[in-house]
This record gives sequence, structure tokens and C-alpha cells, in this order.
Amino acid sequence: MSSSSSQTAYLLLEDGTRFDGEACGALRDGVTGGGEVVFTTGMSGYQESVTDPSFAGQLIVFTYPLIGNYGVRAAAMESDAIHARAVIMREAVNYADAPTAESGWLDWLSENGIPAITGVDTRALVRHIRDKGAMRGGLFAGSVDQTDAAAQVAALPSMAGQDLASTVTPKQAHTVGEDRNPNGPLIAAIDTGIKRSIVDELVARGARVRLHPLSDGADAVLAGDVDAVFLANGPGDPGAVDHVVETIRGVLGQKPVFGICMGHQLLCRAVGLTTYKLPFGHRGGNHPVKDLSTGRVEITSQNHGFAVQTPDGTGRIEGDEPVRWSTDFGVAELSHLNLYDRTVEGLVLPEANAATVQYHPEAAPGPNDASYLFDRFLDRIRTSGSIADVTKQTGDAAAAAAGLQTDSPSTDGASA
Amino acid sequence: MPRRTDIRRIMILGSGPIVIGQAAEFDYSGAQACKVLREEGYEVVLVNSNPATIMTDPEYAERTYVEPLLPGPVAKIIEQERPDALLPTLGGQTALNLAKALHEDGTLEKFGVELIGANYDAINCAEDRDLFAQAMAKAGLKMPASLIVRGTYDPTNHPDHRDAADGEKLPAAQIDAQIVEALETTGLPAIIRPAFTLGGRGGGIARTEEEFRKIVLGGIDASPIGQVLVDQSVIGWGEFELEVMRDKADNVVIVCSIENIDPMGVHTGDSVTVAPQQTLTDRLYQQLRDQAIRVMRAVGVETGGSNVQFAVNPHTEEILIIEMNPRVSRSSALASKATGFPIAKIAARLAVGYRLDEITNDITKATPAAFEPTIDYVVVKWPRFAFEKFPGVDDRLSTHMKSVGEAMALGRTFRQAFAKAMRSRELDETPKIADDATIEELVERIREPRTERYDILLEAVRRGATDEQIHESTGIDPWYLAELRALALGDDPTPSDDAGLVRTFKSVDTCAAEFAAETPYFYSGWERPDADGNARHEVRFSDPPAPSVVILGSGPNRIGQGIEFDYCCVHAALTVRESGRDAVMINCNPETVSTDYDTSNRLYFEPLTLEDVLGVLEVEQQGGKLDGVIVQFGGQTPLRLAAGLEQAGIKILGTGVEAIDRAEDRGAFGTVLDTLGYQAPPYATATSLAGALDAADSVGFPLLVRPSYVLGGRAMEIVDDRDALTDYLRREAGLSPERPDEPTKEIFLDRFLENAIEVDVDALCDGESVWVGGIMQHVEQAGIHSGDSACALPPYSLSDDMIHRIREQTRGMALELGVLGLINIQFAVHGDDLYVIEANPRASRTVPFVSKAIGVPLAKMAVRIMLGEKIGELGLPREAGGQGSLGHVAVKEAVLPFDRFVGADATLGPEMRSTGEVMGVAADFPTAFAKASAAAGSPLPDGGAVFISVTDDDKPGAIEVARRLHGEGFRLVATHGTQQALIAAGLPCDGVAKLQDADGEAVTAVSEIAAGTIALVLNTPTGSGARTDGYEIRRAAITAGVPCLTTVSAGAVAADAIAAARGAGEPTVIALQDLNAR
Ligand SMILES: Nc1ncnc2c1ncn2[C@@H]1O[C@H](COP(=O)(O)OP(=O)(O)O)[C@@H](O)[C@H]1O
Ligand SMILES: Nc1ncnc2c1ncn2[C@@H]1O[C@H](COP(=O)(O)OP(=O)(O)O)[C@@H](O)[C@H]1O
Ligand SMILES: [Mg+2]
Ligand SMILES: [Mg+2]
Repeated sequence: MSSSSSQTAYLLLEDGTRFDGEACGALRDGVTGGGEVVFTTGMSGYQESVTDPSFAGQLIVFTYPLIGNYGVRAAAMESDAIHARAVIMREAVNYADAPTAESGWLDWLSENGIPAITGVDTRALVRHIRDKGAMRGGLFAGSVDQTDAAAQVAALPSMAGQDLASTVTPKQAHTVGEDRNPNGPLIAAIDTGIKRSIVDELVARGARVRLHPLSDGADAVLAGDVDAVFLANGPGDPGAVDHVVETIRGVLGQKPVFGICMGHQLLCRAVGLTTYKLPFGHRGGNHPVKDLSTGRVEITSQNHGFAVQTPDGTGRIEGDEPVRWSTDFGVAELSHLNLYDRTVEGLVLPEANAATVQYHPEAAPGPNDASYLFDRFLDRIRTSGSIADVTKQTGDAAAAAAGLQTDSPSTDGASA
Repeated sequence: MPRRTDIRRIMILGSGPIVIGQAAEFDYSGAQACKVLREEGYEVVLVNSNPATIMTDPEYAERTYVEPLLPGPVAKIIEQERPDALLPTLGGQTALNLAKALHEDGTLEKFGVELIGANYDAINCAEDRDLFAQAMAKAGLKMPASLIVRGTYDPTNHPDHRDAADGEKLPAAQIDAQIVEALETTGLPAIIRPAFTLGGRGGGIARTEEEFRKIVLGGIDASPIGQVLVDQSVIGWGEFELEVMRDKADNVVIVCSIENIDPMGVHTGDSVTVAPQQTLTDRLYQQLRDQAIRVMRAVGVETGGSNVQFAVNPHTEEILIIEMNPRVSRSSALASKATGFPIAKIAARLAVGYRLDEITNDITKATPAAFEPTIDYVVVKWPRFAFEKFPGVDDRLSTHMKSVGEAMALGRTFRQAFAKAMRSRELDETPKIADDATIEELVERIREPRTERYDILLEAVRRGATDEQIHESTGIDPWYLAELRALALGDDPTPSDDAGLVRTFKSVDTCAAEFAAETPYFYSGWERPDADGNARHEVRFSDPPAPSVVILGSGPNRIGQGIEFDYCCVHAALTVRESGRDAVMINCNPETVSTDYDTSNRLYFEPLTLEDVLGVLEVEQQGGKLDGVIVQFGGQTPLRLAAGLEQAGIKILGTGVEAIDRAEDRGAFGTVLDTLGYQAPPYATATSLAGALDAADSVGFPLLVRPSYVLGGRAMEIVDDRDALTDYLRREAGLSPERPDEPTKEIFLDRFLENAIEVDVDALCDGESVWVGGIMQHVEQAGIHSGDSACALPPYSLSDDMIHRIREQTRGMALELGVLGLINIQFAVHGDDLYVIEANPRASRTVPFVSKAIGVPLAKMAVRIMLGEKIGELGLPREAGGQGSLGHVAVKEAVLPFDRFVGADATLGPEMRSTGEVMGVAADFPTAFAKASAAAGSPLPDGGAVFISVTDDDKPGAIEVARRLHGEGFRLVATHGTQQALIAAGLPCDGVAKLQDADGEAVTAVSEIAAGTIALVLNTPTGSGARTDGYEIRRAAITAGVPCLTTVSAGAVAADAIAAARGAGEPTVIALQDLNAR
């Protein structure tokens, strides 16, 4: 499965640390790539990751050594393109004959002009990033002089302060799901780089989704018969898109609002919180998130480098109660936390009828434990119910899926 | 939700003796649970009949009962100890079945004992194939099309039979009708699985109608509830397992996914498996994950770990649930070792009320256990088989587990891990592949899976077989075939071909390095070095640095080298730590306590080859002062490495290499005995037929013959005459019938001592003095391998004088050899003569048994000697002597796997075949023997009919046994010759036909046994290996679960035990803490 002739290559980090390997993907054709080097701990779902717009501008290190085992296929695309700038692996596999594969992973990276490296001691690299923080780096052919490489890496912009969402947002608003659900509820989504799975989950539950460029203001977003507003995931620094925060302030209280990932960060900024860069982010499919209002824990899919600052400025929710304070939009509640580092994972604005989560209920890749959030969101839109309990981890959906009776006549639809 | 305060005392049930399908993994999980519960402040009452377990060390529980895992004794313990709760999910199927029985017979209710971990309904739902299928249907989950065939009456399903008792056998016609219906539902081939049996015992794949009928009927007998499930076959689909954990608050996590390289149809226990799964897309994997969680909830396992098995069609992406085990399992031990997430430990905490998010991840010490481990390496598990010990058995792998052990290997890539796992098997002989075998022949040879399939597969690739050919014949996923091709063609770095990569030790940390790991659990991979050319090792040494001692483990479990050795290695680690040094463990067996990262200061999960061990030692030497390596505790495996280690300049602690050689080499050991003036049975060696016949004349028949080149008692046989010797040479030494003059392989010929009493001794020696820990008298005569014989400590009939001589000769040999640590010696007492059979300069299989019986941890004492202490400094009690010297009697009984090997003759001989052992303790020998028999799975009957059929030589002895049993009210039944002998001795006796006399209608011994009218069988083998009626009789007894004694000496002891039990009721149960307090 290994490539015919090997070409040496290396990854150079901004602190001068170098990791050697073999060129693959478009690096074999001389395409290099630089940006922020981040790692993800998911053991499967490589194609979903590299096509997730939230990875724009980043070089992904996969901690799982074997990447490419089941090839690639159209159905696993999270957007129309590969957004990751480059891929770093311990052992790349190009296996086009897997049962559901339409192409080999490395062939596909090459075709799409994405440089990659294999044979890297990724574990040593990850330990380095964990200890020193995510940093800039670039992939280079073995023949490139290290001093030249270092200069190129030094010239890369830093992630903090970068508005990358603007690079992935659509040019014009357009609606998805109209043919399937002509009379379905209309959800206006501010598209900061939305993953296709999110749109699919909403459409699968009967919605029409109108995707807005992030330059659209509140009026544009609320135009027409909008039933709810959705705040999407996206790349870059949430602190660099304050005009979106303004838009959100304009829609809050007008329509129910639900959001994911960057959408969560932006809603938090809209009610006065700040965001900050985590040392190396949360990327993977095994993060435990606890709902402080119910005490339950769910395993979540995560992909973010920035996090929401708590009102007390510590970045951590230490207590066992949701953090409550009042805002321009009424009471706010930081309801969820990440059990790895007690950072913020969810916000609820009961009076403004809004709720967001930092994690990814659409999974892709990762666990589906939270997919009921979409059930509830659509249910609340249809019944004009409160969005405040959309993100509540109650276990009702899980019990129903297992064929068990639940005590409270469930407000959830069956899990998709 | 903190821990429960309404319970104080918790009973834990172990899994009993090691049997196929239930091995050391339950010692690992049970020992972890004991530790955790006591840390939490609970009192633990432990029951396990297996003395060779760490969990039964008296320090692991408040009260430890080495008693039979049967409702009677356990109810008595419950009455005596009054536990508040019973945790049944850590002792395998045995504990689960026992807990179920204790619930059903009202014991738990009577004494107010609550089942924790899994309640009765959940156990039933998971284990009763019918209830399980219903629960799955309700949860919308799919299973293979199936039907239940019931062999017994069940009131809920047969309202027309209200008069029949629950569990009563249904009329044959009714079973037949069900068989016809089942066949229609599933078609052929079909998978037949009995309910509530271990490792698929009694099941199989039926390809023809006749097979179908036969396996269904057999399965009904094997199932304790007389039920079998007949499944549509999905042979060839991918097989996957997920390990799931749930807490009281309904939080659920997946600990690990495991993919079987062998597709559906080969039991997961016999498959080569990989973690994490390699071939599923994320979307499909997440569906498996969702379904596993739904299964867990649907079955209603409240807390703890469970294992869910799936079949997946990779093309249609169809997913079927195969089964779930509502308890920790072999796979959960594997998952724990593969990820670093200690499932049993956490399950124990969950059972007492904690939630996953309230438990800290041991490894990071900073994050909670409520998460899913992610790994950044590949794990391969490889099963270890023992078919060579059971000639004639069906060695095809199927739905019914046949392996006796396993090895696990970790690598940074699949190929690294696979190659390491292959090395870890420690095969005595590599599979033979003829040089001229064609590709087609090789591809055909792996169509039916057998143990050597991957060796052949790799060779077929080397000879040019295509992936398509191999996939067509094996069904193995092409992804693996591509990897195996790359491995076969050698384009992967291995220790011999390193292509710029260096051996690098990485740690197992549950989190792919996302968090700093505290736990020193390492494996080696091959990686590019850093800029200076150094390996990027992650090994962390103690701060401040401490000198270290490396302990070599015993590798995969196999017959002859089992859990006993792991027990000794664990004791070694604990003692080394107590001495202030760092204990460093190297082993590759995922089932064991030695590979629990808590056991040593540093654990290296590596194969036990010289090269791999030296790789570890290199890093250890970089870290500081290496005091030496202990090779005495892992059985033959480390002993074989001793010379190579010494040559590499490594210090061997304890008995030196030269002493090891002098004990192991026959000639050298003969000289030792001559010097000391001790006797060994006369022996000779031969390398040709003529030489062998000459030697036979000088040594004298009967002879015990064995090839010189195989270790561990393989291919040992007793031959009575020249013909048998010639035949042996043909079978085992390569004698060619056409060219009888050509040389053969070398064989040893020993004078076989008939009717000798065998004695085992374990002793400590510090080079100056010797302390005899235990003298064990065997129940079966010499000629039955010491590992398969029952034995008693102290001896029950040896004279004081003989015991004195045994002790003196033990001292003489230990000192002459220069033993530092443990020595095990086997003697044969023949009339007034004492013969030395062999001396093993290492810890023996009996060390744990002796340690428990006498209350002195022998292995720990041996380590203290190796580290420099003298026997006088160890505070040892007086040596135990003969009868009555201990105040109690401990009996060890062996457990044999004949019931799992269709086609194996159930007789004992000089080649060891037992997989495990149990211990019975009582004030007197007969009661201890009865307890041990019951614990081993053949409780002695208290009445009924005894069937006797013995050789002429055995008739005098058998008459005495018969007289005793007749006196105890047994009806005597015998075959013709034996009947006449009994009648001549004045005993009333009914006759039955031998199988071969029967004209089809007559009642034969076999039909009587099968009909359940016989309570006890005494049958001694005629000595010929042929399938005589003796063979049929013994098989019938095994099948019907009737105790079957194959030696007169065992018969006599059993008669005594039956007499002693008469009217005494359930024997007293004794806690080890009380026993050893005396
Ligand atoms: N329907 C089936 N078709 C093909 N193989 C099967 C089927 N059901 C079970 N098996 C095989 O039999 C093995 C044992 O079955 P399982 O139900 O897991 O029993 P056990 O309780 O012994 O683990 C499985 O590991 C699988 O390989
Ligand atoms: N000369 C002998 N006479 C009778 N039995 C013997 C003799 N030698 C060995 N045996 C029997 O064979 C068994 C195995 O032999 P042993 O030399 O101990 O081999 P192993 O290395 O397998 O333990 C012994 O336990 C004993 O029962
Ligand atoms: Mg199974
Ligand atoms: Mg022996």
C-alpha cells in the first residue's frame, strides 16, 4: 500500500522543531502548505475532517496512525472542497478498493492539490503541540533548505485575530431543502462555514434552510417567513467577525435562535462575553460534556480552537450549578461544560428563546449522542415551544431509541 | 451521587478454574474490583475455588473462601458472612450463572443480599436468547433470523403441558417438530448456539440436515436450561465487538472497538482481532456505537461494562447484533489493556453508586472516566491453541471456542503490531509448509480456518497467491490482505530490517497524548529518530531514581504454563517494590494481573523473545541502575532466555544459568544424582530403531518414551512392548517403515515405574540452607502428569521415614545445584524406593497452591532470597511434614478440557492436558478431596449406581473400591469381565454389554450413562491409543457430566470421600484468613 518511490519531506514548526517523513498527496507534486498545526484525536472520519470548513487555514495532524483505510466517497463530504491546508500522518493509506470507496485517499488529496506527509512520529509531534500549544508550521520537500522554510513559516499569519469565516461564507443567500420540504419551517442560517451534515440534519427533519453570507444584516436574515435562526460553525477567530455579532443582537428576541460551535461563541459574544484562544483546542470525538442542569454527560464531537470566557474570567466553570447572570437579553445561563478542562460548552437564553452548544450534534465525524438536539429544535419551531430546553441532556431520546418507556411523555421525536 | 452507604459488605464471585473460554482475565478483573472496593471502605467477601489467582491472596479481601462455586457452599458462606450485596459481573459466566441460581433458590432474598452491577432481569435478558431477541426487536435492532428450539418444558410457552414440571425434558417428537421448523426458518448452513454455556460449548455450524439435528440435540444437553438458538448463518461477514460502560445515571461510553480479522464463523476468542476497528467508515462505526448503547439500555444493565458483538456486511452496510455479555469479559480485559482504561476497576466503582464523571481517569489523573479512550497505535490479539495435545480432535476453528490463551501486541502500525503478535505466540514448532506446495494447495489449506492459517497465508503470498484468491478462500477483508501482503513481502520495518527507523518506546495513555500521562505503561514501535538520531522514548523513570529489577512474564497461557506463573510474577513485582527497587514487568498476555499497569513500576507490553527483551533492557539501562533480571517465575519462557541474557552481559538474579543447565540437561542431572547417591529410574537414549530396541532390553519394559527435542512433556507415552515402541518411533521420531535402518530423531527411554506414588516438592534455597515449603502426595499414580493429578498437602499415606528421605534429597539437590530461590522436584515412591523424576530450578505450577495451603507466600520469599536475604531472616514457620502436620488438608484437583474437544479421549497420561485447577480445604483428606472434586465440576454422588470397567491389572484394586461403595449403598454395574471379578469377590453386580457386544437393542454402558442412570464411572484405560469402548464410555460420561475416574487410586480416594460425606450435610466452609491464622 505504500507509494512506489519515496520522497523525503518534513514539517517545520515556528519554534524550529522539525519532523521528518515522506511526501504524499500534492506535496509530491511540489505543492507546499503552511498554517496553524493542530491535531484531532478522532480515530475515523478523516474525509469529514478535511472537508469541514472549520479547518480552513490549518494543517491537521491525525493522532490515529492509519489514515485512508476506507478511501473517500462523495457522501462523506462536509462541504464542496477540502479546507484543511495540509495533512500530517503516521501511516497514510491509499486504498481505493474499499467496499464503499469512490477513490483512494491519497489520490484524492493529490487531485485536490492538498499536500500531505506520512511516516511522521505524530505522537511526538502531538506531545510537542500539547506542551507548547498549537503553532504555525509548514510542509516542505526534503530538498528545501531549512532556513528558507523557517522564513516561510515565520511569514505566516497567526490564527488569533484572523477572519477566516469570510473566506468560506457563500457569496449570496440561497435556500436548501425547498424541493423536499416546500412547506417546511424556514430556518435562516448565518453561514460562517456550515458543515453539510448540519444542513442535512435540518432538512431531514422537514426544514428549509436559507444560508446567508455573513455580511447579511439582521433584516436580511429575518426577511420573509423565517421561523428560526441558526448560527453555524466556522473557522478562524470568533473575535474577528464582530459585524456578525451585531447581526445576532439584531435577531435575538425576534425569532428562536439555535447555534453550534462558532455560532455558540458568537452568541456568547452577543450577550457580552469574550472569547479566547485555547492552548491547542478541542478536536476529536471523545469529549465529555456535562449538562449542569441535569447532571448527565454526553460524548461529543468537537472541533474548536477558541473558547468562551466565563464571566469571572477564569475560563472554567468550577461549580456544579449553571452560571447565571443577566444580560441585555434577559437571564443567561452557561449550562454545559467540558469535563476535560471545565470550559464552556453551552449557553441558554430562556427569555430571548435561544440556546447554543460548543460541540457538534451533527457529528460527522464523531458520536451521534446529541443528534436529538435537531429533533427538539424542529419540534420547538413547530410547536412554538421554548428553545431553552433544546440542549438539555435528559436521556429521554436515548431511552426511546432503546425501546424503553420513559416517565415523562417524551417531547422528543424519534431519533433520526 | 457518591458511593452507597447503605451497604457495607460485598461478596464477589470469582470464575473458578481456568477453562477454555474463561481464563486469567477474571483474576485480573476480580483482583481490581477487590482492590477498589476496599479502597472505598467496603468489606469484601470473596469466593473462588482457584488457588492460582491473585484475588484469592488473603490480603485482597476481608474474607477469602477457596470453596466450590456452587449454590450449596456459597449459600453457606452467605449465611456465615452476611454480605449486604453480591457483585456477580466480574467472575465470568460462572459467577453470573451462580448468582442467578442463588436468586432462584431464594438464598439472596432469605439473607437480604442485593445483586449489584447487573440485576436478575438484566442477566436473564442478556443470557436467555429468546428474551434478548425480544428486547432487540423492541429497540428496533436487527439480529440474524433465528428460532429457539426448546428441549425442556417451559410453562410460559407450553400451556398445553401444565402438568409437566418446569425444566422437564420434552418428548422427542416435540423437539423434532421444532427442529423441522427451525431448519425452514434459517436454511443451511445454520449456526447453533446453546443458551447459558461458556465459549459456545455444545454449539457449532451445521452444513447438512444430519449435522443440524445432531448439533441441536447436543446443544440442548449442553445448555443448563435445555435451550438452543438456531441462527441464519452470516459466515463471512465482518465481526466486530464494542465494549460499553454505563453508570446509574444512564451515562454510557464506548471503551474500545475490536475488529476480528477472521470473519464471522470463527469465535472471537479464536480469531485474530484488532483494536481499534480498521475498516469501517466513521458513519458506519457510529451506527455500531449507537446500537451498542441501545443494546445496553434495552437489556437494562444498570452499571458496569458489557460487550456487544456485531456482524457487518461491508458491502450493504447492514448491521446485525450477535450477542451481548452483561459483564466484564475476555474482550473487556483485552480492551482495558489495549486502551489503558481499566474496565473492571471502574465497573466496581459504578456498582457501588458512583457516576462515570465522579471517577478520575487513572492514567491522566486529571480527566474523568466519563470519556471514550482514543488510541494512537494498533493492537493485535492472537489466540494460542493446544491441539497437539489432543490427537484426533477436530482442529477446525468454528463458533465454539477452542483456544487456551492469547497474546497481545501493540505497534505504531498494523504491520508492526501483527508481526509482534506473531512473535508473541511462542510456538514450540512453527507450522510446516512443504517447499513444493503449490499456491492452490496453500490457498485450499486456509479455506477451513485452523491455527496455522496466517502462517500459510503469508507463505502463499510469498509464493505468489493473489489477494483475490485468498479473499475467495478465507473471506478476510481485502484491506487486511493488502497489509499482510506488505508484511509478507517485507516492506515493513521489523527489528531485523530497520530502514532508518529506531525502536521507540511509547506510552499507552487512553488519550492519544492529548493529556499528560502518569501511568508507566509502554510498548515499542518503530519511528524516525529526532534530529540528533535518538529515539523519542517516552519512558519515565522514578524520581529520585531507584535501582530496578526486571521480571520476565510467561507469555500466552497454554497447557502446562498457565496462570500459576503469572501469580508468581505478580508476587515478584510486589516484593521487588517492597524492597525499595523499581519492579519492571515484561509480558505480552493481556489476560493477566502482571500486565495490569498497577502491578509494577513500569510495564512493557512486549513479546518475550530475546531480541524484544534486550530492547527493553537497553532503555532500562539508560534510565539508571539495573540490578538484574528474574527468570524464575514465568515458567519455561524466561528460563529459555537466561543464557542469551547472560551472554549479553545481563545479570540473572537467583539460580544461575549454569545451575539451570545442570538441572535441565538429562546427562548433567544424572551426574548430579550420581554424586549425591540418589536414584533415578533407569534410562537410555536412542537414535534408531535398533538402538531403541537394545535400550529397551537394558532398561526394561514398560517404558516411558519421549522425544528429546520437545519440551513440556509433549508426546510422552508409555509403551509396553517392542511393537508399541516401534509404532511410537514411527509416529513421533520419523522412523520410516520402508527404511527401518535409517536413524530416527533422538528419544529418551525411561523405565516406567508402575503403581508408584508420585510426590511433588516445592522448596526454597539460599545456597546454604533449604526450606521445604510443601510435600504433595499425588492421588493418581506416577505416569499421570503431575499437572493433571490430584494431590494432597500434607501427604495422606506416606510414612514419616519416607517424608524424611524426600526432605533430605530435596535439600541435597537444591544445594548441589546451587539454587537461589525456588526449586520444584518430582519424586516417585515405588515400594520402599525413592526415585527422582525431575528437578525444575524455578517456580512451579504448585507454588500458589502450596502458598495458600501453608500460609507462606513462597514466591515472595524466593525473591527476598534473590535480593540477598538468607532463609534465617525470612521468619519462616516450621516446615510442614506428614499427616496431621498442618492442622488441615488441602487438595488440588485438575480441570480438564475434554468436554470442549469433540473426539478427544478423556484419559490421563504423562502428557499434561489440564487447563486449570481448584483447591479444596478441610480438616480431613476425604472431605477436602470431595470439595476439590465438586469445585472441579464433578461433585461426587452420595448414592445411585456406580459403573465399573477396569483392566485385569486393576481388578484387585477395583474390587476394594466396589466393596466400599457397595457398603455405602451404591448399586454396582459392570461390564462382563469386571462383573465376574466382583461377583467372585462376593459383591452383587449388574452386567451391561460392552459397546462392541451390543446388537443394537441391548442396554450398553454408553446408553446407560447417556440415559442418566449412572452416578459415577470408574474406567481404567487399556493403554492402547485406539478408540476402544473405554473411549466411548469415557466420552459418554463427559457428555452426560457424570464424574469419571480413570485410575483405581482415584477411585479409592473417592470412595473414602463419599463415605466421609455421608450424612454430614454441606461441609464446613473455611476462610483462608482463619486457616492461616492458626
Ligand atoms: N449467525 C451467525 N452466522 C455466522 N457466525 C456466527 C453467527 N452467530 C455467531 N457466529 C459466530 O459464532 C461465534 C460465537 O457466537 P456468540 O453468540 O458470540 O457465542 P459466545 O457466547 O460463545 O461468545 C461468534 O463469535 C461468531 O463468529
Ligand atoms: N520413570 C517414570 N515412571 C513413572 N512415571 C513417570 C516417570 N517419569 C515421568 N513420569 C510421569 O510423567 C510425568 C511427566 O514427566 P516429567 O519428567 O515430570 O515431565 P514434565 O517436564 O512434563 O513435567 C510425571 O509427572 C510422572 O507422572
Ligand atoms: Mg461471543
Ligand atoms: Mg514434571
